[in-house]
Amino acid sequence: MVPLCARDQLGHRRSHSHLERDLSLPNGTPVDTSSPASSSSLLNRLQLDDDLDGETRDLFVTVDDPKKHVCTMETYITYRVTTKTTRAEFDLPEYSVRRRYQDFDWLRNKLEESQPTHLIPPLPEKFVVKGVVDRFSEEFVETRRKALDKFLKRITDHPVLSFNEHFNVFLTAKDLNAYKKQGIALLSKMGESVKYVTGGYKLRSRPLEFAAIGDYLDTFSLKLGTIDRIAQRIIKEQLEYLVELREYGPVYSTWGGLEVELSEPLEGVSACIGNCCTALEELSEDMTEDFLPVLREYILYSESMKNVLKKRDQVQAEYEAKLEAVALKKEDRPKVPTDVEKCQDRVECFNADLKADMERWQNNKRQDFRQLLMGMADKNIQYYEKCLTAWESIIPLLQDKPETK
Amino acid sequence: MLKFVVLSFRAVESQSEGQCAPVDSLWRRYSEFELLRNYLSVTYPHIVVPPLPEKRAEFVWHKLSADNMDPDFVERRRIGLENFLLRVASHPVLCQDKIFYSFLTQEGGWKEMVNETGFQLKADSRLKALNATFRVKNPDKRFTELKHYSDELQSVISHLLRVRARVADRLYGVYKVHGNYGRVFSEWSAIEKEMGDGLQSAGHHMDVYAASIDDILEEEEHYADQLKEYLFYAEALRAVCRKHELMQYDLEMAAQDLTSKKQQCEELATGTVRTFSLKGMTSKLFGQETPEQREAKIKVLEEQIQEGEEQLKSKNLEGRDFVKSAWADIERFKEQKNHDLKEALISYAVMQISMCKKGIQVWTNAKECFSKM
Repeated sequence: MVPLCARDQLGHRRSHSHLERDLSLPNGTPVDTSSPASSSSLLNRLQLDDDLDGETRDLFVTVDDPKKHVCTMETYITYRVTTKTTRAEFDLPEYSVRRRYQDFDWLRNKLEESQPTHLIPPLPEKFVVKGVVDRFSEEFVETRRKALDKFLKRITDHPVLSFNEHFNVFLTAKDLNAYKKQGIALLSKMGESVKYVTGGYKLRSRPLEFAAIGDYLDTFSLKLGTIDRIAQRIIKEQLEYLVELREYGPVYSTWGGLEVELSEPLEGVSACIGNCCTALEELSEDMTEDFLPVLREYILYSESMKNVLKKRDQVQAEYEAKLEAVALKKEDRPKVPTDVEKCQDRVECFNADLKADMERWQNNKRQDFRQLLMGMADKNIQYYEKCLTAWESIIPLLQDKPETK
Repeated sequence: MLKFVVLSFRAVESQSEGQCAPVDSLWRRYSEFELLRNYLSVTYPHIVVPPLPEKRAEFVWHKLSADNMDPDFVERRRIGLENFLLRVASHPVLCQDKIFYSFLTQEGGWKEMVNETGFQLKADSRLKALNATFRVKNPDKRFTELKHYSDELQSVISHLLRVRARVADRLYGVYKVHGNYGRVFSEWSAIEKEMGDGLQSAGHHMDVYAASIDDILEEEEHYADQLKEYLFYAEALRAVCRKHELMQYDLEMAAQDLTSKKQQCEELATGTVRTFSLKGMTSKLFGQETPEQREAKIKVLEEQIQEGEEQLKSKNLEGRDFVKSAWADIERFKEQKNHDLKEALISYAVMQISMCKKGIQVWTNAKECFSKM
């Protein structure tokens, strides 16, 4: 294990740091080991620190350049996914592929299947209300592009998920559909993990710390839902305000047309209100495009988190049930069968992964919301500053006239 | 049901008397103001008499009470009535009026005094004659334009006031919805460790933001009142135009009467009938009048013509005087209007500036809290 300080010193030489990181994580990646969920919480924590230090990043993914494809059967949008990396898992340092939404969806499903103990970042909602939202409008595509970009970035930043084989294929494969078809054969390797999802056991009681996480998520998603509704309502009120303001300004112009001496001041007020309209329009647009999607992402995120919690409960329930069965049957035997031991390992791994992911998520959340809310404040400050400038600029226009008379 | 608000006024020092009235304050009802204004507008037809503030709240955004007994409305109306008295007191002609002076100084018996002037009689006959406006043949172009202007002014200001009320409504909504952030941030902060404090105090700033709109819009109502005064001034302007039209109509009627009398007289003198008339027909049917009869008729007509000419002359003179003094007052009014409205626009802009500054302040405070999360 390379000490943190040493890594900091090497930070500016990325190729070195990635090598060292690879050395430091012999078991940390699912590609290297047969069990994808075997990373310990200590390791995760170290990787988390590692990730916070941006200099040591060795995988960069961006989503951009949406293109519309019109076929006889369907119309869809593809996005360019560009990868730059120094990781040894990649044959080339750079990739550029085109993917559509359903490919992202496929990736997410694969990740959920193969990394059941981890929190998989959410995708933007698949379904849109037809007629209400134009799926091919510039705004919609741009909002979705941003969300998809965020999705891949979150995976990229994850110490375990970023090494997932399906993720690698998603980023590099020329023909993803071919890979999707033979996916079943490849998946056999992960067969064991799929079992996690199939438990029919019922957990008697959640351990306190996970119960706390569950409670937290319930309240969190509830509050976020409220904030989402408030934000939407504000945007709606702002747009209605804008409609009235757009009518208000020109009335001063009309009045200016009637007057001789007052015509200039009245035109000035009219123009000023026009400027305020533009500023307000920008504010609403910014809130719609930047604020709302992040809220949505976090609402979905907390849903993903709740799902992982449920899966964890099942694994624990399975373990408890097996343990009980053993206890009933063979009270005299001191040794617990390996099957039950395996099960216990699984619970412990799951708990460690989940805790690490939760901590990572909390950290991200705090940063994201700090940024998001500061952004909201900034946008509002900018709006008021623009209006302020507009109103201040017409004061001399109103005052100068009596002096010249 | 008797429902009224009594308003108290300090006596305004009258410029003409140059001395302060012995009475410090007295009570007047809104209807007494109405009476005073009616009296002034009938007595001084050539003057743009300052309007009274609205009796019932109009053009208000819906969150504001439209109740006549609402203290805020009563206070704004008090300001409006005070303004009316100040306007009259600072008018070069109106301030010298005796009735106005006694309105300010005489507690009882004022109404009787006004009624003794008999202005109601004049007002009634004038009002009835207002229909004449359509029949004026040669309207004064300046007054026609002024009338047109006051129509337009009234329509543009009332449009402005209507839209402003809606703008205020919407702005109120935008601010108040932000208040919900205050609540939810505070609730959310309860489950957060590091973010909690920042969220909690940011929520407090959102409450402040939502509450700030009440004062902002209350202040803006004053601007609306300033505009309303000019909305009602438009009506006062139109009243002067109507009175001028009425005068012009009188003049034209007199002139027409005179012309027809002159024509009759000429017909009788020459014995020819130039135009077809009932008189011509009867004389043809029933034979010629005696020369004596004709002579007497001509004499009567000539007297009437003389009288009519004098009347016309005095009406012409009166009309010219009216136009002169009315125009002088209109010029005075225009200057006052330009000055007042500029002031109103400045104070409006200043209000907007202070609103923007408040907004910047609140959001800067909130940002500070968010940055600590």
